[in-house]
Amino acid sequence: MKATRQSFGEALIELGARYDNLVVLDADLLKSVNTHGFAQRFPQRFIQMGIAESNMLGVAAGLALSGFIPFACSFASFLSGRYETIRISVAYSKANVKIVGTHCGVGIGEDGHTQMGLEDISIMRNLPGITVIQPVDDIETRQAVEFAIHHDHAVYLRLTRQPVEQVNKDDYRFEWGKGVVLKEGSDILLLATGALVYNVLQAARELEKENIHARVVNIHTIKPIDRALLLKQIKKTKRIMTFEDHSIIGGLGSAVAEVISEQESVGLKRIGINDTFGESGSMEELYRKFGFDKESIKQSIKRFLRRD
Amino acid sequence: MDKVKKAELENHAREIRARIIKMITLAGSGHPGGSLSLVEILVYLFFEKIKRTRQNALDENRDRFVLSKGHGVPALYAIFAQIGLLKDKDLENFRKLGSKLQGHPDRIKLPYVEASTGSLGQGLSVAVGMAIAAKLKKKDYRIYCVLGDGEIQQGQVWEALMSAPKFNLDNLYVFLDYNKIQLDDWVDKIMPIEPLGSKIESFNWKVYQINGHNFDEIHDVFNKIDQGDQKPKFIIAHTIKGKGVSFMENEVKWHGIAPNREESKKALKELYT
Ligand SMILES: Cc1ncc(C[n+]2csc(CCOP(=O)(O)OP(=O)(O)O)c2C)c(N)n1
Repeated sequence: MKATRQSFGEALIELGARYDNLVVLDADLLKSVNTHGFAQRFPQRFIQMGIAESNMLGVAAGLALSGFIPFACSFASFLSGRYETIRISVAYSKANVKIVGTHCGVGIGEDGHTQMGLEDISIMRNLPGITVIQPVDDIETRQAVEFAIHHDHAVYLRLTRQPVEQVNKDDYRFEWGKGVVLKEGSDILLLATGALVYNVLQAARELEKENIHARVVNIHTIKPIDRALLLKQIKKTKRIMTFEDHSIIGGLGSAVAEVISEQESVGLKRIGINDTFGESGSMEELYRKFGFDKESIKQSIKRFLRRD
Repeated sequence: MDKVKKAELENHAREIRARIIKMITLAGSGHPGGSLSLVEILVYLFFEKIKRTRQNALDENRDRFVLSKGHGVPALYAIFAQIGLLKDKDLENFRKLGSKLQGHPDRIKLPYVEASTGSLGQGLSVAVGMAIAAKLKKKDYRIYCVLGDGEIQQGQVWEALMSAPKFNLDNLYVFLDYNKIQLDDWVDKIMPIEPLGSKIESFNWKVYQINGHNFDEIHDVFNKIDQGDQKPKFIIAHTIKGKGVSFMENEVKWHGIAPNREESKKALKELYT
Protein backbone atom coordinates (compact mmCIF):
# COMPACT_ATOMS: atom_id res chain seq x y z
CA MET A 1 0.00 0.00 0.00
CA LYS A 2 1.20 3.45 -0.82
CA ALA A 3 -0.32 6.93 -0.61
CA THR A 4 -0.72 8.49 -4.04
CA ARG A 5 1.05 11.60 -2.72
CA GLN A 6 4.08 9.41 -2.17
CA SER A 7 3.92 7.92 -5.65
CA PHE A 8 3.70 11.47 -6.93
CA GLY A 9 6.85 12.51 -5.08
CA GLU A 10 8.77 9.55 -6.46
CA ALA A 11 7.53 10.18 -9.98
CA LEU A 12 8.61 13.81 -9.77
CA ILE A 13 12.20 12.84 -9.05
CA GLU A 14 12.24 10.42 -11.96
CA LEU A 15 10.64 12.87 -14.36
CA GLY A 16 12.69 15.78 -13.09
CA ALA A 17 15.75 14.05 -14.47
CA ARG A 18 14.14 13.68 -17.89
CA TYR A 19 12.47 17.07 -18.25
CA ASP A 20 14.70 19.96 -17.43
CA ASN A 21 11.89 22.50 -17.77
CA LEU A 22 9.96 20.85 -14.95
CA VAL A 23 9.86 23.09 -11.86
CA VAL A 24 8.17 22.48 -8.53
CA LEU A 25 6.57 25.09 -6.29
CA ASP A 26 5.66 24.48 -2.66
CA ALA A 27 3.89 26.41 0.09
CA ASP A 28 5.57 25.13 3.29
CA LEU A 29 4.23 21.60 2.94
CA LEU A 30 7.05 19.86 1.14
CA LYS A 31 7.17 16.85 3.40
CA SER A 32 3.40 16.50 3.44
CA VAL A 33 2.92 16.72 -0.32
CA ASN A 34 6.16 14.82 -0.88
CA THR A 35 8.15 17.27 -2.92
CA HIS A 36 11.15 17.13 -0.58
CA GLY A 37 12.84 14.44 -2.68
CA PHE A 38 12.66 16.64 -5.75
CA ALA A 39 13.83 19.62 -3.69
CA GLN A 40 16.93 17.75 -2.61
CA ARG A 41 17.73 16.40 -6.02
CA PHE A 42 17.01 19.55 -8.03
CA PRO A 43 17.38 22.50 -5.64
CA GLN A 44 17.65 24.93 -8.57
CA ARG A 45 14.26 23.93 -9.86
CA PHE A 46 12.52 23.82 -6.52
CA ILE A 47 10.81 27.07 -5.58
CA GLN A 48 9.73 27.50 -1.97
CA MET A 49 6.99 30.14 -1.78
CA GLY A 50 6.06 30.01 1.90
CA ILE A 51 2.53 29.87 3.25
CA ALA A 52 1.14 31.95 0.41
CA GLU A 53 -0.81 29.79 -2.02
CA SER A 54 -2.31 32.59 -4.12
CA ASN A 55 1.09 33.98 -4.87
CA MET A 56 2.42 30.49 -5.55
CA LEU A 57 -0.28 29.87 -8.15
CA GLY A 58 0.28 33.23 -9.81
CA VAL A 59 4.04 32.69 -9.89
CA ALA A 60 3.44 29.23 -11.37
CA ALA A 61 1.37 30.86 -14.10
CA GLY A 62 4.23 33.26 -14.85
CA LEU A 63 6.67 30.39 -15.09
CA ALA A 64 4.31 28.47 -17.37
CA LEU A 65 3.87 31.49 -19.63
CA SER A 66 7.66 31.58 -19.88
CA GLY A 67 8.05 28.01 -21.06
CA PHE A 68 8.44 26.03 -17.85
CA ILE A 69 6.21 23.22 -16.67
CA PRO A 70 5.41 24.18 -13.09
CA PHE A 71 3.89 21.82 -10.53
CA ALA A 72 2.22 23.95 -7.85
CA CYS A 73 1.57 21.76 -4.83
CA SER A 74 -0.27 22.02 -1.53
CA PHE A 75 -3.31 20.54 0.19
CA ALA A 76 -6.36 20.34 -2.08
CA SER A 77 -8.33 22.55 0.34
CA PHE A 78 -5.84 25.42 0.27
CA LEU A 79 -5.40 25.33 -3.50
CA SER A 80 -9.08 25.20 -4.31
CA GLY A 81 -9.47 28.06 -1.81
CA ARG A 82 -7.48 30.21 -4.24
CA TYR A 83 -10.14 29.83 -6.88
CA GLU A 84 -10.01 33.24 -8.45
CA THR A 85 -6.27 33.15 -9.01
CA ILE A 86 -6.68 29.80 -10.72
CA ARG A 87 -9.67 31.09 -12.65
CA ILE A 88 -7.83 34.03 -14.19
CA SER A 89 -4.06 33.52 -13.98
CA VAL A 90 -4.20 29.82 -14.84
CA ALA A 91 -7.43 28.88 -16.65
CA TYR A 92 -8.32 32.06 -18.51
CA SER A 93 -4.66 32.73 -19.35
CA LYS A 94 -4.29 29.16 -20.58
CA ALA A 95 -1.19 28.83 -18.46
CA ASN A 96 0.20 25.33 -18.51
CA VAL A 97 0.23 24.86 -14.73
CA LYS A 98 -0.02 21.47 -13.02
CA ILE A 99 -1.94 22.00 -9.81
CA VAL A 100 -1.42 19.16 -7.36
CA GLY A 101 -3.76 18.93 -4.38
CA THR A 102 -3.03 16.29 -1.76
CA HIS A 103 -4.93 15.40 1.43
CA CYS A 104 -8.23 15.00 -0.34
CA GLY A 105 -11.39 13.85 1.36
CA VAL A 106 -12.33 12.90 4.90
CA GLY A 107 -9.75 10.15 4.44
CA ILE A 108 -7.13 12.45 6.00
CA GLY A 109 -8.70 11.82 9.41
CA GLU A 110 -7.94 13.69 12.63
CA ASP A 111 -6.94 17.11 11.30
CA GLY A 112 -10.58 17.74 10.50
CA HIS A 113 -12.56 19.85 8.08
CA THR A 114 -10.20 22.78 7.47
CA GLN A 115 -7.51 20.51 6.06
CA MET A 116 -9.82 18.30 3.97
CA GLY A 117 -10.27 18.86 0.25
CA LEU A 118 -13.99 18.21 -0.09
CA GLU A 119 -15.02 20.56 -2.89
CA ASP A 120 -11.87 20.70 -4.99
CA ILE A 121 -13.13 18.52 -7.86
CA SER A 122 -16.21 20.68 -8.10
CA ILE A 123 -14.20 23.88 -8.05
CA MET A 124 -11.61 22.81 -10.60
CA ARG A 125 -14.09 21.06 -12.84
CA ASN A 126 -16.02 24.20 -13.67
CA LEU A 127 -12.97 25.96 -15.10
CA PRO A 128 -12.63 25.66 -18.88
CA GLY A 129 -9.46 23.96 -20.03
CA ILE A 130 -8.48 22.32 -16.75
CA THR A 131 -8.56 18.55 -16.74
CA VAL A 132 -9.27 16.89 -13.40
CA ILE A 133 -7.55 13.61 -12.61
CA GLN A 134 -7.69 11.50 -9.49
CA PRO A 135 -5.41 8.48 -9.84
CA VAL A 136 -6.37 5.35 -7.95
CA ASP A 137 -3.06 3.75 -7.03
CA ASP A 138 0.70 3.92 -7.31
CA ILE A 139 1.04 2.78 -10.90
CA GLU A 140 -1.73 5.03 -12.17
CA THR A 141 -0.37 8.03 -10.28
CA ARG A 142 3.07 7.71 -11.86
CA GLN A 143 1.59 7.56 -15.31
CA ALA A 144 -0.82 10.40 -14.62
CA VAL A 145 2.09 12.62 -13.58
CA GLU A 146 3.90 11.84 -16.80
CA PHE A 147 0.69 12.43 -18.74
CA ALA A 148 0.40 15.83 -17.06
CA ILE A 149 3.81 16.79 -18.34
CA HIS A 150 2.93 15.87 -21.91
CA HIS A 151 -0.52 17.43 -21.73
CA ASP A 152 -0.05 20.98 -22.94
CA HIS A 153 -2.79 22.45 -20.73
CA ALA A 154 -3.52 22.98 -17.08
CA VAL A 155 -4.10 19.86 -15.03
CA TYR A 156 -5.54 19.33 -11.56
CA LEU A 157 -4.23 16.21 -9.87
CA ARG A 158 -6.01 15.02 -6.72
CA LEU A 159 -4.02 12.83 -4.35
CA THR A 160 -4.54 10.97 -1.09
CA ARG A 161 -2.81 11.37 2.23
CA GLN A 162 -3.61 7.80 3.24
CA PRO A 163 -2.06 4.71 1.67
CA VAL A 164 -4.18 2.97 -0.95
CA GLU A 165 -4.18 -0.57 -2.28
CA GLN A 166 -3.03 -1.39 -5.78
CA VAL A 167 -6.05 -1.77 -8.03
CA ASN A 168 -4.47 -1.92 -11.47
CA LYS A 169 -2.37 -4.68 -12.96
CA ASP A 170 1.37 -4.22 -13.39
CA ASP A 171 1.08 -3.77 -17.16
CA TYR A 172 -1.57 -1.07 -16.79
CA ARG A 173 -1.56 1.79 -19.32
CA PHE A 174 -3.20 5.08 -18.30
CA GLU A 175 -5.53 6.51 -20.92
CA TRP A 176 -6.68 10.04 -20.29
CA GLY A 177 -10.46 10.42 -20.17
CA LYS A 178 -11.16 6.69 -20.25
CA GLY A 179 -12.85 4.80 -17.45
CA VAL A 180 -11.15 1.56 -16.45
CA VAL A 181 -13.38 -1.47 -16.12
CA LEU A 182 -12.25 -3.47 -13.09
CA LYS A 183 -15.07 -5.96 -12.85
CA GLU A 184 -17.87 -7.05 -15.16
CA GLY A 185 -21.51 -7.38 -14.17
CA SER A 186 -24.88 -6.45 -15.58
CA ASP A 187 -27.13 -5.57 -12.64
CA ILE A 188 -25.71 -2.20 -11.86
CA LEU A 189 -22.87 0.12 -12.81
CA LEU A 190 -20.64 1.32 -9.99
CA LEU A 191 -18.46 4.29 -10.85
CA ALA A 192 -15.84 5.20 -8.29
CA THR A 193 -12.85 7.47 -8.04
CA GLY A 194 -9.75 7.65 -5.86
CA ALA A 195 -9.48 5.88 -2.54
CA LEU A 196 -13.03 4.54 -2.75
CA VAL A 197 -12.40 2.44 -5.85
CA TYR A 198 -10.80 -0.37 -3.90
CA ASN A 199 -13.61 -0.48 -1.32
CA VAL A 200 -16.26 -0.49 -4.02
CA LEU A 201 -14.48 -3.27 -5.86
CA GLN A 202 -14.28 -5.38 -2.71
CA ALA A 203 -17.94 -4.74 -1.94
CA ALA A 204 -18.94 -5.70 -5.48
CA ARG A 205 -16.96 -8.93 -5.30
CA GLU A 206 -18.67 -9.92 -2.09
CA LEU A 207 -22.09 -9.09 -3.49
CA GLU A 208 -21.58 -11.75 -6.14
CA LYS A 209 -22.37 -14.25 -3.40
CA GLU A 210 -25.69 -12.51 -2.91
CA ASN A 211 -26.40 -12.77 -6.60
CA ILE A 212 -25.79 -9.11 -7.31
CA HIS A 213 -23.55 -8.65 -10.33
CA ALA A 214 -22.08 -5.21 -10.50
CA ARG A 215 -19.84 -3.68 -13.10
CA VAL A 216 -17.12 -1.60 -11.46
CA VAL A 217 -15.35 1.20 -13.27
CA ASN A 218 -12.53 3.38 -12.01
CA ILE A 219 -13.05 6.95 -13.16
CA HIS A 220 -9.63 8.55 -12.83
CA THR A 221 -10.42 11.39 -15.21
CA ILE A 222 -13.38 13.28 -13.85
CA LYS A 223 -13.02 15.97 -16.45
CA PRO A 224 -13.45 15.27 -19.28
CA ILE A 225 -15.78 12.54 -18.10
CA ASP A 226 -15.94 9.35 -20.19
CA ARG A 227 -19.17 10.17 -22.06
CA ALA A 228 -18.85 7.29 -24.47
CA LEU A 229 -18.66 4.76 -21.68
CA LEU A 230 -21.67 6.25 -19.91
CA LEU A 231 -23.84 6.47 -23.00
CA LYS A 232 -23.04 2.95 -24.02
CA GLN A 233 -23.58 1.69 -20.51
CA ILE A 234 -27.00 3.18 -19.92
CA LYS A 235 -28.29 1.16 -22.84
CA LYS A 236 -27.46 -1.93 -20.78
CA THR A 237 -28.31 -1.05 -17.20
CA LYS A 238 -30.54 1.67 -15.91
CA ARG A 239 -28.96 1.71 -12.54
CA ILE A 240 -25.83 3.66 -11.77
CA MET A 241 -24.11 4.57 -8.52
CA THR A 242 -21.16 6.88 -8.02
CA PHE A 243 -18.69 6.87 -5.13
CA GLU A 244 -16.27 9.61 -4.16
CA ASP A 245 -14.58 10.96 -1.03
CA HIS A 246 -15.79 14.43 -2.00
CA SER A 247 -18.98 16.45 -1.95
CA ILE A 248 -21.73 14.95 -4.09
CA ILE A 249 -22.34 18.49 -5.30
CA GLY A 250 -20.13 19.10 -8.29
CA GLY A 251 -18.00 15.99 -8.07
CA LEU A 252 -17.98 12.70 -9.93
CA GLY A 253 -21.67 12.10 -9.22
CA SER A 254 -22.58 15.44 -10.74
CA ALA A 255 -20.36 14.89 -13.76
CA VAL A 256 -22.13 11.59 -14.39
CA ALA A 257 -25.56 13.12 -13.80
CA GLU A 258 -24.86 15.87 -16.30
CA VAL A 259 -24.29 13.29 -19.01
CA ILE A 260 -27.00 10.76 -18.29
CA SER A 261 -29.79 13.17 -17.40
CA GLU A 262 -29.71 14.30 -20.99
CA GLN A 263 -30.59 10.74 -21.94
CA GLU A 264 -33.58 8.53 -21.28
CA SER A 265 -34.55 7.81 -17.71
CA VAL A 266 -31.92 6.11 -15.63
CA GLY A 267 -31.72 5.63 -11.89
CA LEU A 268 -28.70 7.33 -10.43
CA LYS A 269 -27.52 7.32 -6.83
CA ARG A 270 -24.57 9.43 -5.76
CA ILE A 271 -22.54 8.42 -2.73
CA GLY A 272 -20.23 11.06 -1.30
CA ILE A 273 -20.18 13.85 1.24
CA ASN A 274 -23.80 14.93 1.27
CA ASP A 275 -23.80 18.71 1.60
CA THR A 276 -22.10 18.73 4.98
CA PHE A 277 -18.72 19.45 6.54
CA GLY A 278 -15.88 17.12 7.35
CA GLU A 279 -14.69 16.53 10.91
CA SER A 280 -12.00 14.95 13.05
CA GLY A 281 -11.79 11.23 13.65
CA SER A 282 -9.79 8.27 12.44
CA MET A 283 -9.95 7.46 8.75
CA GLU A 284 -11.74 4.18 9.45
CA GLU A 285 -14.38 5.80 11.65
CA LEU A 286 -14.95 8.58 9.17
CA TYR A 287 -15.26 6.15 6.27
CA ARG A 288 -17.89 4.25 8.24
CA LYS A 289 -19.71 7.41 9.17
CA PHE A 290 -19.84 8.68 5.58
CA GLY A 291 -20.64 5.26 4.14
CA PHE A 292 -17.32 4.76 2.37
CA ASP A 293 -16.23 1.45 3.88
CA LYS A 294 -16.90 -1.87 2.19
CA GLU A 295 -19.86 -2.85 4.39
CA SER A 296 -21.64 0.48 4.01
CA ILE A 297 -21.06 0.35 0.28
CA LYS A 298 -22.62 -3.09 0.11
CA GLN A 299 -25.62 -1.85 2.09
CA SER A 300 -26.12 1.19 -0.10
CA ILE A 301 -25.93 -0.89 -3.27
CA LYS A 302 -28.49 -3.32 -1.91
CA ARG A 303 -30.77 -0.52 -0.77
CA PHE A 304 -30.57 1.09 -4.18
CA LEU A 305 -31.43 -2.21 -5.87
CA ARG A 306 -34.14 -2.78 -3.27
CA ARG A 307 -32.44 -5.98 -2.32
CA ASP A 308 -31.88 -5.22 1.33
CA MET B 1 3.96 42.64 38.29
CA ASP B 2 3.61 41.40 41.83
CA LYS B 3 5.24 38.17 42.80
CA VAL B 4 2.17 36.30 43.96
CA LYS B 5 0.34 37.07 40.76
CA LYS B 6 3.31 36.04 38.70
CA ALA B 7 3.65 32.73 40.54
CA GLU B 8 -0.03 32.11 39.94
CA LEU B 9 0.29 32.69 36.21
CA GLU B 10 3.38 30.51 36.04
CA ASN B 11 1.45 27.77 37.71
CA HIS B 12 -1.31 28.10 35.12
CA ALA B 13 1.29 27.97 32.36
CA ARG B 14 2.70 24.71 33.68
CA GLU B 15 -0.74 23.14 33.92
CA ILE B 16 -1.59 24.26 30.40
CA ARG B 17 1.63 22.77 29.03
CA ALA B 18 0.95 19.47 30.75
CA ARG B 19 -2.55 19.37 29.33
CA ILE B 20 -1.23 20.13 25.83
CA ILE B 21 1.19 17.22 26.04
CA LYS B 22 -1.39 14.81 27.42
CA MET B 23 -4.03 15.81 24.91
CA ILE B 24 -1.79 15.44 21.86
CA THR B 25 -0.30 12.19 23.13
CA LEU B 26 -3.72 10.69 23.63
CA ALA B 27 -4.98 11.86 20.24
CA GLY B 28 -1.87 10.50 18.56
CA SER B 29 -1.66 13.58 16.37
CA GLY B 30 -1.61 17.36 16.66
CA HIS B 31 0.79 20.27 16.85
CA PRO B 32 2.87 20.45 20.04
CA GLY B 33 5.54 22.99 19.00
CA GLY B 34 3.28 25.88 18.13
CA SER B 35 0.93 25.14 21.01
CA LEU B 36 3.70 25.30 23.61
CA SER B 37 5.05 28.59 22.27
CA LEU B 38 1.65 30.21 22.80
CA VAL B 39 1.18 29.38 26.44
CA GLU B 40 2.27 32.54 28.31
CA ILE B 41 0.51 34.80 25.82
CA LEU B 42 -2.76 32.91 26.23
CA VAL B 43 -2.46 32.60 30.00
CA TYR B 44 -1.89 36.32 30.39
CA LEU B 45 -4.69 37.24 28.02
CA PHE B 46 -7.29 34.90 29.45
CA PHE B 47 -6.50 35.38 33.15
CA GLU B 48 -5.46 39.02 33.23
CA LYS B 49 -7.23 40.71 30.34
CA ILE B 50 -10.15 38.78 28.94
CA LYS B 51 -10.89 37.35 32.39
CA ARG B 52 -13.01 34.64 30.89
CA THR B 53 -15.15 32.66 33.31
CA ARG B 54 -18.00 30.23 32.92
CA GLN B 55 -20.40 33.03 33.76
CA ASN B 56 -19.25 35.54 31.17
CA ALA B 57 -18.10 33.13 28.48
CA LEU B 58 -20.80 34.04 26.00
CA ASP B 59 -21.58 37.51 27.29
CA GLU B 60 -22.40 39.96 24.52
CA ASN B 61 -19.82 42.44 25.83
CA ARG B 62 -16.99 39.96 26.33
CA ASP B 63 -13.57 40.55 24.88
CA ARG B 64 -13.09 38.41 21.79
CA PHE B 65 -10.16 36.15 21.14
CA VAL B 66 -9.31 34.81 17.68
CA LEU B 67 -6.67 32.12 17.34
CA SER B 68 -5.70 32.74 13.75
CA LYS B 69 -3.02 30.03 13.83
CA GLY B 70 -5.70 27.41 14.42
CA HIS B 71 -3.36 24.43 14.68
CA GLY B 72 -2.25 25.82 18.08
CA VAL B 73 -5.69 24.96 19.41
CA PRO B 74 -4.54 22.47 22.08
CA ALA B 75 -3.28 25.50 24.01
CA LEU B 76 -6.70 27.10 23.75
CA TYR B 77 -8.57 23.95 24.81
CA ALA B 78 -6.17 23.62 27.75
CA ILE B 79 -6.95 27.20 28.78
CA PHE B 80 -10.67 26.47 28.53
CA ALA B 81 -10.17 23.49 30.81
CA GLN B 82 -8.14 25.55 33.26
CA ILE B 83 -10.94 28.12 33.41
CA GLY B 84 -13.57 25.43 33.82
CA LEU B 85 -15.25 25.80 30.44
CA LEU B 86 -14.20 22.27 29.59
CA LYS B 87 -13.64 19.18 31.68
CA ASP B 88 -10.49 17.11 31.54
CA LYS B 89 -12.69 14.34 30.16
CA ASP B 90 -13.48 16.58 27.18
CA LEU B 91 -9.79 16.95 26.46
CA GLU B 92 -9.51 13.20 26.13
CA ASN B 93 -11.75 13.38 23.07
CA PHE B 94 -9.55 15.84 21.22
CA ARG B 95 -9.52 14.87 17.50
CA LYS B 96 -11.89 11.95 18.05
CA LEU B 97 -15.02 11.26 16.01
CA GLY B 98 -17.97 13.28 17.26
CA SER B 99 -15.90 15.48 19.57
CA LYS B 100 -16.49 19.19 20.03
CA LEU B 101 -12.71 19.45 20.25
CA GLN B 102 -11.92 19.28 16.56
CA GLY B 103 -8.35 19.13 15.25
CA HIS B 104 -8.69 22.82 14.40
CA PRO B 105 -11.02 25.32 16.13
CA ASP B 106 -14.67 24.91 15.20
CA ARG B 107 -16.99 27.60 16.56
CA ILE B 108 -20.14 25.67 15.79
CA LYS B 109 -19.11 22.56 17.68
CA LEU B 110 -17.54 24.57 20.51
CA PRO B 111 -19.10 28.01 20.96
CA TYR B 112 -16.27 29.31 23.19
CA VAL B 113 -14.18 29.38 20.04
CA GLU B 114 -14.83 32.77 18.48
CA ALA B 115 -13.78 31.94 14.93
CA SER B 116 -13.27 28.73 12.99
CA THR B 117 -9.67 28.69 11.84
CA GLY B 118 -7.08 26.24 10.58
CA SER B 119 -6.66 27.57 7.09
CA LEU B 120 -3.87 30.03 7.85
CA GLY B 121 -4.22 33.71 7.07
CA GLN B 122 -7.92 34.29 7.69
CA GLY B 123 -8.21 35.01 11.40
CA LEU B 124 -6.96 38.57 11.44
CA SER B 125 -9.57 39.63 8.88
CA VAL B 126 -12.31 38.16 11.06
CA ALA B 127 -10.82 40.00 14.05
CA VAL B 128 -10.85 43.26 12.09
CA GLY B 129 -14.53 42.67 11.36
CA MET B 130 -15.22 42.08 15.05
CA ALA B 131 -13.33 45.25 15.94
CA ILE B 132 -15.30 47.32 13.43
CA ALA B 133 -18.50 45.77 14.84
CA ALA B 134 -17.56 46.83 18.37
CA LYS B 135 -17.06 50.38 17.11
CA LEU B 136 -20.36 50.39 15.25
CA LYS B 137 -22.15 49.11 18.34
CA LYS B 138 -20.29 51.67 20.49
CA LYS B 139 -19.07 48.92 22.79
CA ASP B 140 -15.72 49.01 24.47
CA TYR B 141 -14.80 45.36 24.41
CA ARG B 142 -11.50 44.41 22.87
CA ILE B 143 -10.49 42.00 20.16
CA TYR B 144 -7.37 39.91 20.64
CA CYS B 145 -5.85 37.89 17.83
CA VAL B 146 -2.80 35.63 17.68
CA LEU B 147 -0.94 35.03 14.44
CA GLY B 148 1.84 32.60 13.57
CA ASP B 149 5.08 33.88 12.07
CA GLY B 150 4.81 31.54 9.09
CA GLU B 151 1.17 32.45 8.81
CA ILE B 152 1.92 36.09 8.05
CA GLN B 153 3.42 35.04 4.73
CA GLN B 154 -0.17 34.80 3.63
CA GLY B 155 -1.26 37.80 1.56
CA GLN B 156 -4.60 38.16 3.29
CA VAL B 157 -2.81 38.99 6.54
CA TRP B 158 -1.35 42.08 4.91
CA GLU B 159 -4.70 43.10 3.52
CA ALA B 160 -6.05 42.89 7.06
CA LEU B 161 -3.05 44.82 8.40
CA MET B 162 -3.69 47.53 5.83
CA SER B 163 -7.36 47.80 6.73
CA ALA B 164 -7.27 48.06 10.54
CA PRO B 165 -5.66 51.54 10.82
CA LYS B 166 -8.11 52.94 8.31
CA PHE B 167 -10.91 52.26 10.77
CA ASN B 168 -8.92 53.48 13.79
CA LEU B 169 -9.22 50.12 15.48
CA ASP B 170 -7.55 50.94 18.78
CA ASN B 171 -9.60 48.05 20.20
CA LEU B 172 -7.62 45.50 18.21
CA TYR B 173 -4.63 43.75 19.82
CA VAL B 174 -2.60 41.39 17.71
CA PHE B 175 0.10 39.10 19.07
CA LEU B 176 2.61 37.47 16.78
CA ASP B 177 3.84 34.16 18.15
CA TYR B 178 7.33 34.74 16.76
CA ASN B 179 8.88 31.33 17.33
CA LYS B 180 10.96 31.59 14.12
CA ILE B 181 9.94 28.16 12.85
CA GLN B 182 7.12 27.09 10.54
CA LEU B 183 6.13 23.67 9.24
CA ASP B 184 9.04 22.45 7.16
CA ASP B 185 11.87 24.67 8.35
CA TRP B 186 12.95 27.97 9.91
CA VAL B 187 10.92 30.93 8.69
CA ASP B 188 14.08 32.63 7.43
CA LYS B 189 14.73 29.75 5.07
CA ILE B 190 11.18 29.19 3.85
CA MET B 191 10.28 32.84 3.22
CA PRO B 192 11.90 35.67 5.18
CA ILE B 193 9.52 38.08 6.89
CA GLU B 194 12.08 40.53 8.30
CA PRO B 195 12.40 43.44 8.79
CA LEU B 196 9.13 42.98 10.55
CA GLY B 197 8.65 45.75 13.12
CA SER B 198 9.28 48.53 10.64
CA LYS B 199 7.12 46.85 8.02
CA ILE B 200 4.11 46.76 10.29
CA GLU B 201 4.82 50.22 11.68
CA SER B 202 4.80 51.53 8.14
CA PHE B 203 1.31 50.05 7.85
CA ASN B 204 0.37 52.48 10.63
CA TRP B 205 0.21 50.13 13.59
CA LYS B 206 1.69 50.70 17.01
CA VAL B 207 4.33 47.98 17.30
CA TYR B 208 5.86 46.50 20.46
CA GLN B 209 8.50 43.82 20.88
CA ILE B 210 8.60 41.55 23.92
CA ASN B 211 9.76 38.19 25.16
CA GLY B 212 6.55 36.19 24.82
CA HIS B 213 7.43 33.83 27.68
CA ASN B 214 8.07 36.54 30.24
CA PHE B 215 4.98 37.58 32.20
CA ASP B 216 6.65 40.79 33.41
CA GLU B 217 7.24 41.88 29.85
CA ILE B 218 3.71 41.00 28.73
CA HIS B 219 2.39 42.87 31.75
CA ASP B 220 4.56 45.92 31.05
CA VAL B 221 3.59 46.10 27.44
CA PHE B 222 -0.04 46.38 28.47
CA ASN B 223 0.86 49.15 30.89
CA LYS B 224 2.39 51.02 28.01
CA ILE B 225 -0.48 50.22 25.65
CA ASP B 226 -3.11 51.25 28.15
CA GLN B 227 -1.78 54.79 28.17
CA GLY B 228 -3.93 55.23 25.12
CA ASP B 229 -3.22 55.28 21.45
CA GLN B 230 -5.58 55.51 18.50
CA LYS B 231 -3.75 52.87 16.51
CA PRO B 232 -4.29 49.13 16.44
CA LYS B 233 -1.57 47.34 18.37
CA PHE B 234 0.81 44.71 17.12
CA ILE B 235 2.88 42.92 19.72
CA ILE B 236 5.78 40.93 18.35
CA ALA B 237 6.22 38.26 21.00
CA HIS B 238 9.56 36.50 20.63
CA THR B 239 8.96 32.90 21.61
CA ILE B 240 10.48 29.44 21.41
CA LYS B 241 8.73 26.72 19.50
CA GLY B 242 8.20 23.76 21.83
CA LYS B 243 8.91 25.94 24.88
CA GLY B 244 9.07 24.06 28.16
CA VAL B 245 9.96 20.64 26.79
CA SER B 246 13.72 20.54 26.24
CA PHE B 247 13.73 18.05 23.38
CA MET B 248 11.00 19.93 21.52
CA GLU B 249 12.47 23.39 21.87
CA ASN B 250 13.60 24.89 18.57
CA GLU B 251 13.14 21.58 16.79
CA VAL B 252 11.39 21.80 13.43
CA LYS B 253 10.23 18.20 13.60
CA TRP B 254 7.96 18.86 16.58
CA HIS B 255 5.67 21.09 14.55
CA GLY B 256 3.06 18.49 13.78
CA ILE B 257 3.74 15.14 15.37
CA ALA B 258 2.55 13.62 18.62
CA PRO B 259 4.97 12.43 21.29
CA ASN B 260 4.84 8.73 22.05
CA ARG B 261 4.21 7.53 25.62
CA GLU B 262 7.88 7.59 26.56
CA GLU B 263 8.43 11.08 25.21
CA SER B 264 5.24 12.24 26.81
CA LYS B 265 6.31 10.96 30.22
CA LYS B 266 9.66 12.63 29.83
CA ALA B 267 8.01 15.90 28.88
CA LEU B 268 5.63 15.83 31.84
CA LYS B 269 8.44 15.02 34.21
CA GLU B 270 10.40 18.02 32.98
CA LEU B 271 7.42 20.29 33.43
CA TYR B 272 6.97 19.27 37.04
CA THR B 273 10.59 19.49 38.14
C1 LIG C 1 -3.63 28.20 4.11
C2 LIG C 1 -2.82 27.15 4.77
N1 LIG C 1 -1.73 26.67 4.15
C3 LIG C 1 -1.01 25.68 4.72
C4 LIG C 1 -1.36 25.16 5.94
C5 LIG C 1 -0.60 23.99 6.55
N2 LIG C 1 0.12 24.42 7.74
C6 LIG C 1 -0.34 24.16 8.99
S1 LIG C 1 0.61 24.80 10.19
C7 LIG C 1 1.72 25.41 9.07
C8 LIG C 1 2.92 26.17 9.52
C9 LIG C 1 2.54 27.35 10.34
O1 LIG C 1 3.65 28.04 10.76
P1 LIG C 1 3.53 29.20 11.85
O2 LIG C 1 2.48 30.16 11.44
O3 LIG C 1 4.88 29.75 12.05
O4 LIG C 1 2.99 28.44 13.11
P2 LIG C 1 3.82 27.86 14.35
O5 LIG C 1 5.24 27.71 13.95
O6 LIG C 1 3.66 28.85 15.43
O7 LIG C 1 3.18 26.55 14.69
C10 LIG C 1 1.31 25.10 7.77
C11 LIG C 1 2.05 25.46 6.55
C12 LIG C 1 -2.52 25.70 6.55
N3 LIG C 1 -2.97 25.23 7.73
N4 LIG C 1 -3.21 26.69 5.96
